[in-house]
Amino acid sequence: MTEPAGESFAVEQTDVLVVGSGFGGAITAYHLAAGGARVVVLERGPWLRSDEFEHDFMLGSSYTRIFDFVVGDGMALLGGNCVGGGSVVYFAAMPRVPSFVFERKGSIGRRMWPATIDRAALDPWYDRVEQALPVSRNDWNTVTYAGGLFAAACARAGHTANPVPAAVDNTLCTNCNWMMAGCRFDAKRSLLLNYLPGAIANGAEIRPLHEVQRIARTDDGGYRVHYNVIHDDDYRLTNGSGAIDAKIVVLAAGAGATPVILQRSEAELGAMPHAVGRYFSGNGERLNTAVIDEDKARDLLGVSRPDGSAFRANQVGKGPCVASWDRLDGSLPEYSRFSLEQLYFPPGFGTILAQVPGPDGPTWFGPEKKELLRRWQSWLTTFTMSEDDNEGEFGAPPPTGNAFRISQQMLGRGPIRYRPTENTLRGWAESDAQVKEIMERDGLATVLPWSNDVVGAYTVHPLASCRIGDDPATSALDDRHELRGHPGIFVTDGSAVPCALTVNPALTIAALAERAVPGIVRAARQRGVAVSYGASLP
Amino acid sequence: MTLEAFADTIVPGEKRFPADRSVAGAASGGGAVVAGAIELLETPAAGVAGGLTDLARMLNEHATAYAREHGRDLDGDVPAFVALAFDDRSALVRALTGPDHPERDGWVALALFSNMAFDTAAHRHTTEAIAEGHVGLATMGFAAPDPDGLWRFPAYSYGRPLADLHPDTTASGSLA
Ligand SMILES: Cc1cc2nc3c(=O)[nH]c(=O)nc-3n(C[C@H](O)[C@H](O)[C@H](O)COP(=O)(O)OP(=O)(O)OC[C@H]3O[C@@H](n4cnc5c(N)ncnc54)[C@H](O)[C@@H]3O)c2cc1C
Repeated sequence: MTEPAGESFAVEQTDVLVVGSGFGGAITAYHLAAGGARVVVLERGPWLRSDEFEHDFMLGSSYTRIFDFVVGDGMALLGGNCVGGGSVVYFAAMPRVPSFVFERKGSIGRRMWPATIDRAALDPWYDRVEQALPVSRNDWNTVTYAGGLFAAACARAGHTANPVPAAVDNTLCTNCNWMMAGCRFDAKRSLLLNYLPGAIANGAEIRPLHEVQRIARTDDGGYRVHYNVIHDDDYRLTNGSGAIDAKIVVLAAGAGATPVILQRSEAELGAMPHAVGRYFSGNGERLNTAVIDEDKARDLLGVSRPDGSAFRANQVGKGPCVASWDRLDGSLPEYSRFSLEQLYFPPGFGTILAQVPGPDGPTWFGPEKKELLRRWQSWLTTFTMSEDDNEGEFGAPPPTGNAFRISQQMLGRGPIRYRPTENTLRGWAESDAQVKEIMERDGLATVLPWSNDVVGAYTVHPLASCRIGDDPATSALDDRHELRGHPGIFVTDGSAVPCALTVNPALTIAALAERAVPGIVRAARQRGVAVSYGASLP
Repeated sequence: MTLEAFADTIVPGEKRFPADRSVAGAASGGGAVVAGAIELLETPAAGVAGGLTDLARMLNEHATAYAREHGRDLDGDVPAFVALAFDDRSALVRALTGPDHPERDGWVALALFSNMAFDTAAHRHTTEAIAEGHVGLATMGFAAPDPDGLWRFPAYSYGRPLADLHPDTTASGSLA
């Protein structure tokens, strides 16, 4: 079905309409605006200033306003819900993806990445993002107690461990560990500090609390993007709706939302590529909680703090600071490669799934769990990123957005379905065994993985639900990120990444978005937009 | 009472008074109930308040069926779930929140909020909860903020190398 352009006075016009203001949206919006295009960004979440990021767990504080938690069938997704997207809530660990990942075949029997992309091809784009955010290397003086303890445990078990590159300005950081509520000290280099102000300075318009529902065609070959205006406290409520016509649409609503928008648009846009809403990857994520024996930490690792304790520092820090990369070895078989990263999740998310041995096997609730909570300050969480099997699929879209919203903010029920294959389960089991080997050696700690019984598996790194590739049967986008069969629609968020990356993905999502811009500029020019490519970094 | 007993199964506590029935007394110190589970479940922001009456009714139906199946006698003084012994409450909650239970969404939501009342006091401003000695945050040893209500940890690093780097580390700090 096509909708006549200019059918009504109410329909606004722009050159480029960007959906979502996370990495994929902010980076493309900046370059297109800087190149001279009229750019409008629609973002479903609110727009908060630094001083609105609160240290508060109360429902309705920034912690729940800017966060999104969607429970599906077998998989729960955590993400951002605000201007700046995931960059506002993330932990800012920014490693590059090791070379072997680009050669992965997964279960499709051929290279999943397009032939034009490997590590060497992506390196110049990584350079740009590292410079723009910027990203810097942690060193042993900025590594937190938790990172240091994990490093020492790795070393004692015969493993290497690296301070992780991060988009954190350590001169401003207070190590408060409230990163998920937004950084009120501007230490975390979110997109609110670089690409988004750059886009605004070049005339881009960012509209918060505008949730895109579907896309239709106009009869001049462009697209009409339909949105609802979301209530600013109760996201279940809508304050009206509207539409904007654009020559180019950049979809960057995140891997949990982009495929849903396309599925909902299928009736009007025509058939979607098979891979839209398929091949979802949770980046092979898995968490283990170790409870450190304080005396052993002092005796075995020789660590101590100024107050005399050895560790007791779960609450202190800034997310992941140290990772062990020994299993990122390209000569190992696929699904056996993973990284281990020390991590902090605040109470709530960080406590409910942690398990203890119970009378009938591991349990996540009850009296034994409460005993575990008494030792919370001695917890050390490790984060596995492994190679999963792209086994997630989206079911029929909900009426609006990408989930039925349950709470006023944050919590919803979404259409994703995920059943880990034997390959994925094996990777998790191997990583659990390695965490145990490192952390339980000589009684340093007791370790159990988080439960997958409560919300299924979980991921803060949704990927691949609308991916790039060379094979039209198993990829929704070509290697320029254009949606197959729908010229002028580009996807530049985590959904475009073909597979699990074995490391944190934001730097790679950002580098791919940077790489996609010249192609989007070309497509815009072909559609009569006066835009050029080549602006300096924001 | 029924929902209190559910929350107490998730994070158990000591009885508030000798005749306390909903809190089973399976652990020392306050649990989810004293931490404010019912208050949190009833906050409009949580979005589950409208379903609580139904959930309580269903929980008691499940408890009655459980008692029949396992040959437990339930006294009629309190709702069926409250009349169950703590271990039976736990077994039933395990089944209801299990991966294959058709109603698991509702029970998992109840469990999530029961847990959050204890771990995060999400019905209160965190600074106020801490100032008043909120039982969950105190049990975990959650540190108090600076006088301006913000957290800062000036001492945070052991400040010395604690492991060898991976041999393939590049100048950017990533692996090759
Ligand atoms: C707690 C946490 C910690 C993390 N830590 C790290 C880390 O240390 N390192 C790392 O590399 N990655 C980390 N991540 C992941 C990282 O944040 C994501 O990979 C990244 O933000 C994804 O970028 P994106 O462009 O795909 O989408 P997002 O950044 O998620 O942006 C999508 C945006 O689209 C908006 N949106 C969704 N639907 C619609 C709609 N219908 N209409 C309009 N707007 C919409 C969303 O609100 C959001 O703002 C973390 C994530 C979380 C949740």
